[in-house]
Amino acid sequence: MTVAPAPWTDPASVPLIRFDGVSKRFGDVVAVDRVDLAIHKGEFFSLLGASGCGKTTLLRMLAGFEAPSDGRILIDGADVTAVPPYERPVNMMFQSYALFPHMTVAGNIAFGLKQDGLARPVIAAKVKAVLDLVQMGKFADRKPHQLSGGQRQRVALARCLAKEPKVLLLDEPLGALDKKLRQQTQLELVNIQDRVGVTFVMVTHDQEEAMTMSSRIGVMNAGRIQQVGTPVEIYEYPQSRYVADFIGAANMFEGTVSSASSAGVVVACPELAHDLTTAHADPLAGGHPVTVMVRPEKMSIGRDAPADGFNWARGTVADIAYLGDVSIYHVRLDSGRKVEALQANLRHTERHKLTWDDPVFLSWHPADALVLTR
Amino acid sequence: MTGRLGRFLVGLPPYLWLALFFLAPFAIVLKISLSQPDAGIPPYLPLWDAAAEAGRQWRGTFDNYARLAEDGLYLAAYLNSIRIAGIATLACLLIGYPAAYAIARAPTAWRNSLLLLVALPFWTSFLIRVYAWIGILKTEGLLNALLLWLGVIAEPLQILQTDLAVIIGMTYSYLPFMVLPLYATLEKMDLSLLEAAADLGCRPFKAFLAVTLPLSMPGIIAGSLLVFIPAVGEFVIPDLLGGTDTLMIGKILWSEFFDNRDWPVASAVAVAMLVLLVAPIMIVQNARAGAEDKAGGKGRR
Ligand SMILES: Nc1ncnc2c1ncn2[C@@H]1O[C@H](COP(=O)(O)OP(=O)(O)OP(=O)(O)O)[C@@H](O)[C@H]1O
Ligand SMILES: [Mg+2]
Repeated sequence: MTVAPAPWTDPASVPLIRFDGVSKRFGDVVAVDRVDLAIHKGEFFSLLGASGCGKTTLLRMLAGFEAPSDGRILIDGADVTAVPPYERPVNMMFQSYALFPHMTVAGNIAFGLKQDGLARPVIAAKVKAVLDLVQMGKFADRKPHQLSGGQRQRVALARCLAKEPKVLLLDEPLGALDKKLRQQTQLELVNIQDRVGVTFVMVTHDQEEAMTMSSRIGVMNAGRIQQVGTPVEIYEYPQSRYVADFIGAANMFEGTVSSASSAGVVVACPELAHDLTTAHADPLAGGHPVTVMVRPEKMSIGRDAPADGFNWARGTVADIAYLGDVSIYHVRLDSGRKVEALQANLRHTERHKLTWDDPVFLSWHPADALVLTR
Repeated sequence: MTGRLGRFLVGLPPYLWLALFFLAPFAIVLKISLSQPDAGIPPYLPLWDAAAEAGRQWRGTFDNYARLAEDGLYLAAYLNSIRIAGIATLACLLIGYPAAYAIARAPTAWRNSLLLLVALPFWTSFLIRVYAWIGILKTEGLLNALLLWLGVIAEPLQILQTDLAVIIGMTYSYLPFMVLPLYATLEKMDLSLLEAAADLGCRPFKAFLAVTLPLSMPGIIAGSLLVFIPAVGEFVIPDLLGGTDTLMIGKILWSEFFDNRDWPVASAVAVAMLVLLVAPIMIVQNARAGAEDKAGGKGRR
């Protein structure tokens, strides 16, 4: 079986959506700052970032509710920067759902189709089809206030899907749902996207959600896109301290480059007694300040010194968080700083079970350490 | 037990208020409307003749109501009042809706000031403001002077002492009662609904008709009732701005009461107005609310 190359890796592929140096200022506030972004057909693209970083603003500019202060937005090759929302081939699912309270479920869904001037029987058939798609067929005659939060969310989704847009925009679509329903709906959304093949652009500040659902993620901070990549790229190869810290947990060691070769960069770390070796091949000059990042699950914890070739650090167990399947060990280094190591609890009873104040070695393979320069 | 008593006591004041200021006066008016006129003070006879030999005797009568039905004047006055009040209500709606809409969509910092401007006329006596309209509408008044100066008309128009003057006066006087409830519904409307409409391909004006207008219906109904009901019974405006032939039920009531000193017929006019006008409106409103409850209840089960 051959897997088609991802469109974003193919330089010949024309993106469906392009942000071209787009900025948005509200008075003195720069909500979106010189964003360049390309999203391809069929993608499930997530915008992830802390509250207030400009995700909603970016999405609203794509929908046409806000005009960019600078830059251009292209959809399918056409410049839509000045096109009003009612003429754009995109549909948005609002965080509040924005269902029309005076219309039934069927009326809400038919509303968008009527604007296209479709014939009545065609509209009725489409309404039925999308309601079945989101399993809401039985509720066609209800008013929105007679539905639960999860049901409303489905209707809002159906209302957008009925229009068969080129792009579906979702602003924290699952924000109002409880955890269980949320996970279930995440899978459903991905399934629906698979079936209808529409390009999804979703805003979320839940990284787990972004990781499970997306083909690619754009991490935003203070109006800027920090990094764009697949969930694996974002997690395993963050390009900046911000992204490393924002996605998952990260242990950071500050230091300076002591030597760099094709085998990897060696970093002198004043906090540790020895140099850290990495597999990061980057021709950095000696003395360059860098950060070495290691994910907690990539660190082994034990009483014995590690084998040669591994990086290590020494400390004492300060805290253990037992989560059932895994335990998180908070280890106080000799420098006084705490780092985290995550171990799977593979056996019921471990002979050499670690406990508080035990002296321990943390060790990790050079390939699992990342050198960050930003 | 104390909980129930407490709830009862808390719920009591509004009912006491209604009983004291609405039901009691209405009962008195109802009583007078059933009495026989008399030349004395008060100008009607008590319902029960205490002086009768065979104990107390019922002396109430429906003659006053019969007179309303027999004399076409009263019916004509009712219909004309409804017509004039209806036109004034429509005019208030046509002027008040855009005004309320503009205030509700104005920057938040301005809204209170704009609302204050709407309520500003209340700081001057109602009577003085209606008198001011005489100065504007009379043949040699400001409006005619302006129209003559603009060359729109060659001869001054006779506006004062016509139904038109009454309608203008009512529209002016009752406009705030239309604007305020409309503002209240428009202001609390979720604007993301309009964005959703635009997103689904709906142009702004169509979105107004399909979303804003139906959602502001409660405000339209409340404002229209607040204007229409008092306008039907209005006396001062038709008396000052209308002509002698402007037939309105408020004027009839006044002349029965003060000119003819026929309190029973005046009271009958008042009671009939209430029953003919307010009762149907209340029944319709109740039916509407009931229907909505039912629709809601069916889904919630
Ligand atoms: N209409 C507006 N007027 C002024 N400032 C605004 C406006 N809309 C957004 N902002 C500001 O722009 C910045 C970005 O807002 P935005 O809503 O895009 O954030 P967000 O990433 O969606 O946050 P959240 O996760 O909390 O929804 C914020 O500082 C916000 O205060
Ligand atoms: Mg947001």
